[in-house]
Amino acid sequence: MNVTAGAILSEPDRNRKTAMTRLLARQIRVEMLDILHQKGTGHWGGAASACELVTALYFLRMNIDPARPHWEDRDRFVLSKGHASLLLYEVLAHRGFFDPALAGTFRDIDSTLQGHPCMRKTPGVDMSTGALGHGLSVGLGMALAARLSGKQYWTYVMVGEGCLDEGQSWEAIMAAAKFRPERFVLFVDNNGVQLDGPSAEIMPLGSINAKLEAFGWNVAPGSHDGHDLDAILNTYEWLDGPGAWPRAVVYTTVKGKGVSFMEGLSKWHGSPVDDGSWNSARPELLAALAEAEASL
Amino acid sequence: MSTTMRDALGMKLAALGRERKDLVVLDADVSSSTKSSYFAAEFPERFFNVGVAEANMVDIAGGLATCGYRPVVNAFAIFLALKATDQVRNVLCYNRLPVVLAGSYAGLSDSFDGASHHAITDVAIMRSLPNMTVIVPADAAEAEAALEAALAVDGPVYLRINRNVTPDLAPAAEPFEVGRIRRLRKGADLTIAACGLCVAMALEAAAELERAGIEAEVLNVATIKPLDVETLARSVGRTGRLLVAEEHTVVGGLASACAEALAPRMHFLMDTVGLRDTFTESGPYDRILDKYGISAAEMVRRSTALATPGAASAL
Repeated sequence: MNVTAGAILSEPDRNRKTAMTRLLARQIRVEMLDILHQKGTGHWGGAASACELVTALYFLRMNIDPARPHWEDRDRFVLSKGHASLLLYEVLAHRGFFDPALAGTFRDIDSTLQGHPCMRKTPGVDMSTGALGHGLSVGLGMALAARLSGKQYWTYVMVGEGCLDEGQSWEAIMAAAKFRPERFVLFVDNNGVQLDGPSAEIMPLGSINAKLEAFGWNVAPGSHDGHDLDAILNTYEWLDGPGAWPRAVVYTTVKGKGVSFMEGLSKWHGSPVDDGSWNSARPELLAALAEAEASL
Repeated sequence: MSTTMRDALGMKLAALGRERKDLVVLDADVSSSTKSSYFAAEFPERFFNVGVAEANMVDIAGGLATCGYRPVVNAFAIFLALKATDQVRNVLCYNRLPVVLAGSYAGLSDSFDGASHHAITDVAIMRSLPNMTVIVPADAAEAEAALEAALAVDGPVYLRINRNVTPDLAPAAEPFEVGRIRRLRKGADLTIAACGLCVAMALEAAAELERAGIEAEVLNVATIKPLDVETLARSVGRTGRLLVAEEHTVVGGLASACAEALAPRMHFLMDTVGLRDTFTESGPYDRILDKYGISAAEMVRRSTALATPGAASAL
């Protein structure tokens, strides 16, 4: 069974809506694996780790209108970890910004779906990304624009912890704490693995929560499972509660989530999905999909 | 009384701020130098001092631009062009966002601070980026006109701003227009194409050349990109000789732009005045310019050689 955007968005029961979104995220994981296998290019690890986070954001949180991708009052999303482009395309397509069949043209010549997100080519992409470290700065500009214009939209920026290696990220984190724009939110997809190896080896960040707090941010207390839809919804409740701005949520996630032999390995940051891996991985993802469907 | 380009730009920013509510201004802890401080004093809610962080500043401006604002970013030219190149390329140019980059203290104009502060590659860097417009005003009045015109461009614009008091040119017959060369003097023997401070030097050189019987045509090439190739080609097509003068390395700046545009179209002789692939040093502005070969005298010397029969072998 395929779950549709219309069904999720119109579902009145919160628990069922959540379960349907979980199902969609798992469906998107299967579609991503298939496309990455078919194309022989693209990034699995960081797309799989952020799958529930981005799906939930677009289906359970953001105020957007796919018919008006440039609507001035829309919420903004900046995927600073632009290598998870296929995930963003899948979510935008399912949400209605363009035909899901287009996902099959990912990284093709003449396609609207570039290797990394391009706002001039793909409806629904609020900022082109790819070079790491830009997202927080650009998002801060969008949030400051909301303040200047008196608009109420939210600006969400998603980084991977590798994105926080870039010095510019911390320039933006400092500046956001100075200007304190409301409804400016940082999501960290903390999957703990970057291109070359575990983050603890490549560039240890220590406690991201403590660092952000030291820089003057309001950080969601505790730990948050970025694959658990209920946990994600709890963080949304925290975002809607009282407190200072800007705000950050650090989600614990698993790089390559959903395929046992790909999880937590830097190899699957960007390696092509070969035939053998695809054959072994697909049943695992289908089983997870069936489980989510059964729980509906 | 002549004023500095940066002072004129700062005053103009404040004046435009009164007319345009969509104008926002950013600076990286040098607003009292760039003179964006005038705007800051009048419109504190639309002014963002981001501290010493040029890269962050450029991307914040990019974000503001996607939401309908017209940001003007201020910093020293060298740091804007070098510390924020990735942001200028990947956010502003790739997405064709309408942000004006005012690179102040450009060329050797921050003379005493030395080579670390001399912007000698900014035009080459900015010119190489797709979707970028590059403007090098010749005096304070042109800087003001260029700012206003830049704010009407649908894409990023780099404005190169001098720190010091520079000579005011006589008012031009035609108004400033992005992408249009203004001919300041007619001449049949050679064309001098110049930008920035070198325009005033070129006029001085042309007057001296005239006394030696050489008629130099002087073009103010304020817009380096897009280059007004037609006007340039018409002039060089008649004179057959081109001297390009700029306060910048001769690698990749106006001279390169002229050569790239003309070489496929015609045979002509060419020489350049500019930094000859070298770093500079501290000192008084006029002395540094002179030492590194950016002067009216150097233009006279090279023009004379260019305009002499048999020049091809002499050069």
